[in-house]
Amino acid sequence: MTTETPDISDIRADSVGDFRFPEQHKFDAGMGLSEKTVDYISDVKNDDKWVRDFRKHGLKTFLEKPMPTHWATKDLENIHFDQFRYYLSDGQKPKRSWDDVPDDIKRTFDRLGIPEQERKFLAGVEAQYDSEAAYSNVKKVVEEQGVIFLNSSEALQKHPEIFRKWFGKVIPTGDNKFSALNSAVFSGGSFIYIPPGVKVKHPLQAYFRINSEQFGQFERTLIIADEGAEVMYMEGCTAPKFETATLHSAVVELVALKGAKIQYVTVQNWSSNVFNLVTKRGLAMEDAEVKWIDCNIGSRLTMKYPGVIMKGKRARGEVISIALANTGQHQDTGAKMVHAADETTSNIISKSISIGKGRATYRGLVHIPKHLKGCKNNTECDALLINSSSRTDTYPAINVRGNQHATQHEASVSQVSAEQIFYMQQRGLSEAEAMSLSVNGFINDLVREFPMEYSVELKRLIDLEMEGSVG
Amino acid sequence: MSLKIENLHAGIPGREILKGLTLEVKPGEVHAIMGPNGSGKSTLSKVLAGHEEYAVTEGKVMLDDTNLLDLAVDARSRAGLFLAFQYPFEIPGVSNANFIRAALQARLPKGEDIDAVAFYKRMYARMDELEMSRSFTARSVNEGFSGGEKKRNEILQMMMLEPKYAVLDETDSGLDIDALRIVSKGVNAMRSSERGLLVITHYQRLLDYIKPDVVHVMVDGRIVHSGGPELALVLEEKGYDWAKEELVNAA
Repeated sequence: MTTETPDISDIRADSVGDFRFPEQHKFDAGMGLSEKTVDYISDVKNDDKWVRDFRKHGLKTFLEKPMPTHWATKDLENIHFDQFRYYLSDGQKPKRSWDDVPDDIKRTFDRLGIPEQERKFLAGVEAQYDSEAAYSNVKKVVEEQGVIFLNSSEALQKHPEIFRKWFGKVIPTGDNKFSALNSAVFSGGSFIYIPPGVKVKHPLQAYFRINSEQFGQFERTLIIADEGAEVMYMEGCTAPKFETATLHSAVVELVALKGAKIQYVTVQNWSSNVFNLVTKRGLAMEDAEVKWIDCNIGSRLTMKYPGVIMKGKRARGEVISIALANTGQHQDTGAKMVHAADETTSNIISKSISIGKGRATYRGLVHIPKHLKGCKNNTECDALLINSSSRTDTYPAINVRGNQHATQHEASVSQVSAEQIFYMQQRGLSEAEAMSLSVNGFINDLVREFPMEYSVELKRLIDLEMEGSVG
Repeated sequence: MSLKIENLHAGIPGREILKGLTLEVKPGEVHAIMGPNGSGKSTLSKVLAGHEEYAVTEGKVMLDDTNLLDLAVDARSRAGLFLAFQYPFEIPGVSNANFIRAALQARLPKGEDIDAVAFYKRMYARMDELEMSRSFTARSVNEGFSGGEKKRNEILQMMMLEPKYAVLDETDSGLDIDALRIVSKGVNAMRSSERGLLVITHYQRLLDYIKPDVVHVMVDGRIVHSGGPELALVLEEKGYDWAKEELVNAA
């Protein structure tokens, strides 16, 4: 347990959405990663033996696997795994007041229109978002429908019969180095089970969980929608997050059984010191649908390729993604669509925006094997470059065998033209306003896919990013 | 009070295009600039608006009491200068209504918001005058518009922004006779004792619809003739060669 008093002089606010506080933690696994660390976490969490073994296997796999720098950026080599704390819990409320929060951060919240309660939580003034009322209300409603909504540890302890079957099955521990890391040290995240035929009316949000680990470094999420069930899950918000840790590696597994529908919405705005290396994949059985709606802003490096394995006939998979990379940021995102049954359909629409020296990379994989018939894929990826120093790369891999399928792929790179900006400025808009308008226009059709409150915040956030990017 | 251009020299690196142009448009007046291709008419409109491609090397432009050349492009617009583009740009994903609204919002002091109901009411009225379908409010700015629709949209923006001075750059180009009539109707509706208009055109045809108070003939970056509306007819009859010869004779 650390005992240092929060030192306000240590608060940094280098740029929009980039700030952090010193934190106090009740449980601390210490620096570095070893079997001892994993045991410590298992002890604190009171893991069952099989979970402890799962973690150990994760650690072993993580240590054995090389960094994927043969295809990914060399920047990964700058992650020093021995210099992180792998488990921190905050049983204590941090002792700081709203007055201590720097003015420019308050202004950012203001500009983004973040509600008062959330601001305090996001600024670390309160350890948890005080939504007791809303939570118990939603919880009551969904519990009456038989929905189980718990954090990872609780779920594995209370309902192994439901969650063990799928835990680590959609994304096996050895899928990649970071899924292995997560398997070793995971904590927090949401485990959700929707019983057959239940259609959850309101989107479930990480907000509504009283567990303060929702912004954990190594979240583990598993959502199972039983036959005919429907659910929408939302995580994150456009508000900047204060960061005590710079390595984030989440694993999210979705299971949509026959005829079920899962929509998973993510909006994240990371501070620019964060490595955000996430594995997300859904399994769609017969007539089921998995849809990822994903918006990534900020971070030093984000690597995230939400995927759908369409295992049952007529299953559908969809990835809608927006990435915004400013100077010092690299958004390496994309989608994976694995067709494993006849008449399966997938759709990928990806839009990226690079500002300043920001870099956006699209990586896509579409796999349709020869023995299947009647599969369809549509892939569209569009990149928008704001400045001449902005960068974008596209690596699509469409692996289609057999001749009974329909695929189409469109990619475009465009630059906000000086003439277009001149035109808008001639109508009285400042250069930043003109840029914001073009960028919002560029992603407009995708923003419509986001829940209303997110789309409004997104627009404001883009305005803020543009203000910083024009001289 | 006027839009006053004095001895304006401007061009791109290595080439002077405007070579000492002088012109004054007072509120309530409509001036037409006619001239052959390459005489610098469109350059004039871009220089007035502040396009970064052109550098002003000499001269002065006053918009009432404001030195226009000191201002950035957007500040010139907010100061009251409007340019109807010869080739309006497309802004994918941004609806026409949102664009015009943003432009109006940019003119308000911080903290003040456009009254949305009044805004739409006013815009619909202007669109009716321009015989534009309501669907144009939701469509992306100029995207997929025909040439005539783009020009009408320019006039719509002018009507909504109500500038003190407007420069219309070849607004008649690419218009069929019906579109020309509608666009001219819009421009004429904007004539007012408070507003000065500068209409740039290659053809006399437009001036049958928008009657100018003063006609200028521009050749090689300068005004070589100024006169009443009858000058346009002389040009129509004798052609621009006549004006060019005059220039040579004068030299």
